[in-house]
Amino acid sequence: MHVADVADRVARGELTAEAACARSLEAIAAKDGALHAFLHVARDEALAAARAVDDRRRRGEPLGPLAGVPVAIKDAICTEGLPTTAASKILRGYVPPYDATAVARLRAADAIVVGKTNLDEFAMGSSTENSAYGVTRNPWDPSRTPGGSSGGSAVAVAAGMAPCALGSDTGGSIRQPASLTGTVGLKPTYGRVSRYGLIAFASSLDQIGPFASDVRGAARVLSVLAGRDPRDATSLDAAVPDLEAACGREVRGLRVGVPDEYFAEGLAPEVGESVRAALRALEERGCVLRPVRLPHTSYAVATYYVLATAEASSNLARYDGVRYGLRVDPRLDLRAMIGATRDAGFGAEVKRRILLGTFVLSSGYYDAYYLKAQKVRTLLRRDFDDVFREVDVVCSPVSPTPAFKFGEKLADPIAMYLSDVYTLPASLAGLPAMSVPCAPTRAGLPVGLHVVARPLEEATMLSVAAACEAAFPCASPL
Amino acid sequence: MHYEAVIGLEVHAQLLTRTKAFCACSTAYGAPPNTQVCPVCLGLPGALPVMNGEAVRLAVRTALALSCTLRTVSRFARKNYFYPDLPKGYQISQYDEPLSERGHLDVEVGGATKRVGITRVHMEEDAGKNVHHEGVSVVDLNRSGVPLVEIVGEPDLRSAAEAAEYLRSLRDVLMFAGVNDGNLEEGSFRCDANVSLRPAGEAKLGTRVELKNINSFRFVERALAHEIARQQAVLDAGGRVVQETRGWDENEGVTKSLRSKEEAQDYRYFPEPDLPPLVVDDAFVAQVQSTLPELPRAKRERFVAELGVSAYAAQVLTGHPRVAALFEEAATLHGQPARLAAFVQSEVLRDVVTHGLDARIPVSARQVAGLLRLVDAGAISGKQAKEVYAKIVGSERAPEDVVAELGLVQVSDEGVIEAVCRQVIADNPRQAEQLRAGKASLMGFFVGQVMKQTKGSANPRLVNDVLQRLLG
Repeated sequence: MHVADVADRVARGELTAEAACARSLEAIAAKDGALHAFLHVARDEALAAARAVDDRRRRGEPLGPLAGVPVAIKDAICTEGLPTTAASKILRGYVPPYDATAVARLRAADAIVVGKTNLDEFAMGSSTENSAYGVTRNPWDPSRTPGGSSGGSAVAVAAGMAPCALGSDTGGSIRQPASLTGTVGLKPTYGRVSRYGLIAFASSLDQIGPFASDVRGAARVLSVLAGRDPRDATSLDAAVPDLEAACGREVRGLRVGVPDEYFAEGLAPEVGESVRAALRALEERGCVLRPVRLPHTSYAVATYYVLATAEASSNLARYDGVRYGLRVDPRLDLRAMIGATRDAGFGAEVKRRILLGTFVLSSGYYDAYYLKAQKVRTLLRRDFDDVFREVDVVCSPVSPTPAFKFGEKLADPIAMYLSDVYTLPASLAGLPAMSVPCAPTRAGLPVGLHVVARPLEEATMLSVAAACEAAFPCASPL
Repeated sequence: MHYEAVIGLEVHAQLLTRTKAFCACSTAYGAPPNTQVCPVCLGLPGALPVMNGEAVRLAVRTALALSCTLRTVSRFARKNYFYPDLPKGYQISQYDEPLSERGHLDVEVGGATKRVGITRVHMEEDAGKNVHHEGVSVVDLNRSGVPLVEIVGEPDLRSAAEAAEYLRSLRDVLMFAGVNDGNLEEGSFRCDANVSLRPAGEAKLGTRVELKNINSFRFVERALAHEIARQQAVLDAGGRVVQETRGWDENEGVTKSLRSKEEAQDYRYFPEPDLPPLVVDDAFVAQVQSTLPELPRAKRERFVAELGVSAYAAQVLTGHPRVAALFEEAATLHGQPARLAAFVQSEVLRDVVTHGLDARIPVSARQVAGLLRLVDAGAISGKQAKEVYAKIVGSERAPEDVVAELGLVQVSDEGVIEAVCRQVIADNPRQAEQLRAGKASLMGFFVGQVMKQTKGSANPRLVNDVLQRLLG
């Protein structure tokens, strides 16, 4: 059942929130042993919250737009009273005293938080293999990763354990796993959704966004999340249009840019085929395809790994063993305690990125790396500014390959970093972007179409995604 | 060789906001440890800073009070280092695009005015406090995130005494501007110094030593004097001053090395991505400028030029904003500022107790002005005025009521005074003889005797006139 089906049936009294929640919990109990999407299942809290929604309905009180909708939360997003670890040993057992704004808004809309989902530690990775608490398996082929870093949330939705979930996307961490699991995953415009309560990886890139089993569900969740938050100084004070209505809108006449650079070397042929088929489907519905150029695309990966790691090296400095989380104390001195704690608490990929980020910010290297990368980021933004003068959306593959096998890219960080090559430019430019399933590969693995729009034009993006969805009705993996 | 000291001071001053720089926690001093904290100032995962507008207003006011040029768009930066009192592992500060630059402060040193350059005034947040006792270290984060301005002075100071004077003037300016409470004991006004020596007359600067932890005016002078002498001794012995950070040890009266240049930290500054650039447009600056209170120097000059107060009195009366305010109000009510200034200096100041920006002044402007008006009218003498003052201090009583209660009325009846004068002359025939013979200095003796007999109630002018007549 999709998001809107659950919420509307609960609102009409055809389904209780408790039943919807129980169904989700049963699915988790049945499937998650094999898939390991969840790090924590909040069974009792979820059922209590669902009953409270039902009580309010019985009393005739109005219900929110997500009434009774089970939602899974990426474990990098703070939930009051529920463990939040960012899949890191350094936060083992940490329970935040507050809800992230995104979570608070979901609860206020009467959604039911069913649990916390697995991710690459501190959202650093593209396969969910970097979790300190074990891998998450792709329901389409359990020998393959679901992508990452929001792999747990993607799998929770793909396997029907929840109709929607929250993820966070810094360089593709919602869109890439959505593509690899056949779900809808949406990264809003930077600033559209509050980051308050999202454990920071790279603050100038991080955005919370929804996964859902259909485009309309993603639209509904986004309308609940979006809007200015006084607790996040980078959140935007912009009106949120009717995003659900946009999903049913005609796409005839919309200009779709197809960047040459995204169909070049490195793209798996079966992914290219699938995406081209999706583009033809859009054309059949009246979209106008136009080749466009994004000439600085090849610099995106390097730019991203300088800027994101620089910010990460600072954002992760607070995990020092002093106030919360893990403490390893060899009883020598303060520096030894901090060093031992961080050495034991962080995994290899996190350490690699902290070291890289510390290096690029160091005296004598700052100009050559950080400052240069900021300049290239501006060029990447301008690429899109230019293109969006001619087209309404840009479409491409999300990921160069379908879901890959465990260990396939783990030994080669560069190969792993390259799996985000198509999603990074929109992140660096702060643009809204999403993945919507198109035709699967011959081997039956999902492929996502990447739709990128102008800042704050999530509505246009959703119309195009909904048109694609109509052409390729999503199959269930199980 | 004769060496010249070159000193520049960096001051951290806490802005007088009710809440912290980036969250809504209270800034009140003295609360139990870790009771004024929230996810933001505890640096909990996921928490984000949001700029306190009042802190911006006070920082802009500080910059204007120090004649700095404001940057319309300034930027916050992260200063990265590990320390238990720094919960985020970085301090939010400003770096290459500070709020304001290129100001100055005029300081009176040795009877002359010296203009000391201000390099920059920027905003930042305070860290918490490490507390060590019985081999255990604990952290109090009540102060974490309290808004500060850092005021970086040019190396324009040439002696420990000049540095102390600069610091006093700076504190006065911040207190009169209403941005800081000037409370050194509670750490709301803190100072670090950079000190170097160079051969007199040479332009090139010597190797500098950073001096930390000099948090009282007395310490500043002593620490700097000690450090100058130490460097002088090193140079005299043919040695070289090592670039390092030293701390002042008040107990031993010496500076001690804290860390060398090699151990200096790389703070890896970069723009704070959680805060948008800070914009202070011309309209905002003009609005802050229009509400900037009169600063001590302007006040002193006005007291002298417009109120006819002596330069010394003006200096004393502008020692604290509340004292200056009392004086001005009383002077307005009374109408004779110079007389009022003398009375405030000689009587009122004795009873004033200051604590930062707070001052306990146990008498009102209305009481002081009323009391002096009674003297002007000849109702009581100057001596009686002191007696009445002692009774109205700490009460809200009108001086007229106290005068009536004590039965204090100045004797201006010439007949009564003449009788006393005649009695005094009769009691001191030898002195009277000498006075008549030309020893004029004895007139004071007779006036004194008459005042004594009348317990100070005689009108002194009349006493003089009568004695002149009787002994002339």
